[in-house]
Amino acid sequence: MDDLLWIFISTLLVNNFVLAYFLGLCPFLGVSGQLLTSFRLGLATTFVLIITALCAWVLNTYVLIHAPYLRLISFIVVIASTVQFIEMSIKKLSPSLFKSLGIFLPLITTNCAILGLAIFATNRGYGLVEGLVFALGAGAGFTLAMVLMAGIREETEIMDVPVLIRGTAFNLIIAGILSMAFMGFAGLFSST
Amino acid sequence: MNTANITSSTHPSAQNQEPGSSRLVISMAVAGFISGVIIIAIYMLTFDTIKENKARELREAVFRVLPDVSHMQKLHFVDNKMVVVKSDGMDDEMIFAGYDKDAKFIGYAIQGKAPGFQDTVHILYGYLSSNSNITGMAVLESRETPGLGDKIFKDMDFVSEFINLPMHKDIKAVKKGTKTQENEIDAITGATISSKIVVKIINQAFKKWSPRLPQQGSEPALELSEVKVVKES
Amino acid sequence: MATDVSAYEEMIKGLWRDNPVFVQVLGMCPMLAVTNSAINAVVMGLATFFVLVTSSFLVSSFKQWIPKQVRISLYVIIIATFVTVVDYSLLAMLPAIHKELGAFIPLIVANCMILGRQEAFASKHGVKYAVMDAVGMSAGFMIALFSLGAVREILGVGALFGVDLFSANFEPWVIMILPPGGFLTLGLLLLFFNWFTERRRQFLIKVADVDKIAVGVKDNG
Repeated sequence: MDDLLWIFISTLLVNNFVLAYFLGLCPFLGVSGQLLTSFRLGLATTFVLIITALCAWVLNTYVLIHAPYLRLISFIVVIASTVQFIEMSIKKLSPSLFKSLGIFLPLITTNCAILGLAIFATNRGYGLVEGLVFALGAGAGFTLAMVLMAGIREETEIMDVPVLIRGTAFNLIIAGILSMAFMGFAGLFSST
Repeated sequence: MNTANITSSTHPSAQNQEPGSSRLVISMAVAGFISGVIIIAIYMLTFDTIKENKARELREAVFRVLPDVSHMQKLHFVDNKMVVVKSDGMDDEMIFAGYDKDAKFIGYAIQGKAPGFQDTVHILYGYLSSNSNITGMAVLESRETPGLGDKIFKDMDFVSEFINLPMHKDIKAVKKGTKTQENEIDAITGATISSKIVVKIINQAFKKWSPRLPQQGSEPALELSEVKVVKES
Repeated sequence: MATDVSAYEEMIKGLWRDNPVFVQVLGMCPMLAVTNSAINAVVMGLATFFVLVTSSFLVSSFKQWIPKQVRISLYVIIIATFVTVVDYSLLAMLPAIHKELGAFIPLIVANCMILGRQEAFASKHGVKYAVMDAVGMSAGFMIALFSLGAVREILGVGALFGVDLFSANFEPWVIMILPPGGFLTLGLLLLFFNWFTERRRQFLIKVADVDKIAVGVKDNG
């Protein structure tokens, strides 16, 4: 139980996917203009991450143990098709949910956080439950980073920032400061 | 292949203008087949080299942590006793036994791993059961932060603290310069967490393996056919 | 002759004008994650180079046979195959480097720059142009990776390619090789790039103005 809690906290804060591993930077820099959109994208990503953890576990346990060299290609193909399948089901079953979350799904599949999660979970030899907690922590961490970034960006919209700095350079510097703040969480690492 | 099915099923009625679903499936199948062939080819081509690299790395680590060893063999814990294994494989239930050039038993090289700051840290340490001393420590695998956490194998002051370290009780990592007890280790400044992980792994592995090791004097003899490699002079 | 000039043009544009990192802001993930030392950056650049050039070559050669509906999946399969090839080759030939880059080699697949070049360029152009474009783009990517890796290693460790540059008195800025340093360095490099481009643009405007005045004087005269 302690281990699971630690996996969650560690991926949420200490080893945040965006701010410490640089995974999922495209949406982090590109789509973080508005608070609400960022939050929704974060939720949708968390959902896809959990599906990914499930897929990765199934593949690792039943297929890749016999054919480790197919790891990369099978992760990509299986995850992409599962997400596409879910996207179509949501569209059929709940159009309103599709409108608020579903439109992000195809975008998310090409997000490197998804593949990164599958690979990290495999490298660390996580089981099913650990993998799911890892995915939940990663998703929550991604959402947290997105929301923080969007909040700061909305504030800076009304500030007098030189034209030259506006844009990606400015966002990267904000991200650097956020990342520095998150490094402080390393102190959470228990001292045993 | 799944992708092909899904994509094609979304265009069931468009068979006249657009390529039929069978064509989509076939092109995906051909691509999948070719990529499979390429991947298997590269896997087979590199398989021996990769295996050899890994074995050599492990061998070198064993010789580094156990001084004066010239032969080694792998031991496996099965049915409550340590038996010599011949296979190439390596898993968590295996340790190494080191022997001098007259095939006399010297000590064990024991591995242990635990989740580190970023990824699993995998270390190997030498252990003399005659006087319960650790004779050395080597990091087999770690992805600790470059410049900080990776000092656990780059900082020679830290590594050398594990040479002739008495293991009568659990060892402990303390802030650099505050070491007073025999069982304390000076942690690396700026890499306290990673230093503590190394110490934790050794304590855990020690607890796991000490009851399993055979009584002193009854260590498995070196089966000469099993000699892996004589230390390169 | 004319085709040669434009093929050259396709190659050169990736280096500066359409630099995938500084201008298009693509491929950020591997860009920041592995650039804590110059050598890692160079190896990552070479791996990306290999994957991009071979994928572009294949995609542009077989573009007639690739059905539109499944093209993205096919591109991804092609890219993933070559990434696996790179992964195993590195593991066999440079195990020490592979250890450091480890989990980030497979992530080349998710580098949007590679998929982007297939969709935007290789699938629409001939083999020669596609390869030229791929060479240019990956060279531009490599330049960006290297400048980031070099800056971070010099400031963060006080060394370049593992060779110490300063005396022992130099206190390394450890933050530079940690994640925040990646964000900050890339942000500042982008800023420098913007500033340079802006200056050049203003210089060109000034030159154009001078020309206009000169022409105007002539007209009046």
